[in-house]
Amino acid sequence: MSELSVEDRERFEQLVLPHVDAAFNLARWLLRGRADAEDVAQEALLRACRFFGGFNGGDARAWLLQIVRNTCYTWLEKNRPMELNMEFDEELHQQTSATPETLAIIADDHKRLTLALETLPPRFREVLVLRELEGCSYKEIATITSIPIGTVMSSLSRARRQLYSALTNSSQGACP
Amino acid sequence: MKCDFSDSLLQEYFDGELGGRGAAEFERHLEHCAHCATELVDLDLLRDRLHLAQLYEPATASLRWRINARFHPIAPKTPASKPLLWHWMAAAAALLFMAIVLGKLGPRLQVDDYQAELAEEIVDSHMHSLQPGSTMGVASNDARMVASWFEAKLKFAVPVRDFANEGFALKGGRLDVIEGRSVAVLAYERDGHLINVFMWRTREPETFARTGSRQGFQWVDWRKSKMEFCVVSDTRVADLEQLHELIDSSVGNS
Repeated sequence: MSELSVEDRERFEQLVLPHVDAAFNLARWLLRGRADAEDVAQEALLRACRFFGGFNGGDARAWLLQIVRNTCYTWLEKNRPMELNMEFDEELHQQTSATPETLAIIADDHKRLTLALETLPPRFREVLVLRELEGCSYKEIATITSIPIGTVMSSLSRARRQLYSALTNSSQGACP
Repeated sequence: MKCDFSDSLLQEYFDGELGGRGAAEFERHLEHCAHCATELVDLDLLRDRLHLAQLYEPATASLRWRINARFHPIAPKTPASKPLLWHWMAAAAALLFMAIVLGKLGPRLQVDDYQAELAEEIVDSHMHSLQPGSTMGVASNDARMVASWFEAKLKFAVPVRDFANEGFALKGGRLDVIEGRSVAVLAYERDGHLINVFMWRTREPETFARTGSRQGFQWVDWRKSKMEFCVVSDTRVADLEQLHELIDSSVGNS
């Protein structure tokens, strides 16, 4: 951290470090694992520190989450490229995702929702996590994910639909 | 039956992203559109379920520990003392943890009874589960500034004094979380030794100072005015007792 001046370091600690939870949470859901999320969140924070000079003083959480997300995607490309390749292939996705039967036998709602969320394609998963868990606005999500706001809305809508149908099918069988 | 309103509009309304006029228009539409009304209920059910399942995962203790090790709150004046300070703080917090554990086990149990192996295990496990509530900190010798830094962050007033004239120079403060409770930590310097003073609110009765030592560190712990204090350092016990006297009388006077 020697690259930063004392003032910048203090600013970094005050503006960016309070969002460590948000950074970890996003990484955890994008990478679907805590151990990898720890490594990537730490790497993202170091990167954020290195490039803190380029931060223009806007929304520090969105700025950090943008770095976390990019670091996650880079990590996925390097370590699990298959996951990214199948993100828009919904037919393929449905084969690999949790089936209603799998979900139905999981008694614990926390586990069931975790599995249902983890099996959404990454692009759907991230908008849902940012909106529902992190409480980001559409504009913030658009900034963090670098996708147009219209795409944020449609991704969110499809993500919710998929999640909802996975959950309702699993808990009460097919609806008429 | 699908309605004319786009799905995006429904999402926007649900997420509170529609402006006042847009929302009013959508609400008028809702009055006679069962489709949208049902969709809204489904969205709401899903949101409730997501929230009830508590899926948000805050940073793990080990990540906090790793980050804290790199960006620790009080920036020391000399880079050489960096690792020392961190190491010291972790050990000091571990000692406090032990003090709390001892307090919970019961007053009859003396520190001396404590097996070194067990203590070491506690120190180890604590160092891994160290969870500072905030990685922010304030480095200043201005007592008023340090106190006001704590003001917004803790539910109790932190009695901050600089005892530089008595040989204990205030270096700053930080927050920590010990056993699930937020504690204030003040840092003082005495002849090159760093002394940490942990403070938190307590409902337990007042006590006189108890002292102990572990792995070359000494500590003094006492309760006064609904506060518990634990002073920890590798400096002489006499120094710690002097600081204890200073803090104790300043708390009494405030």
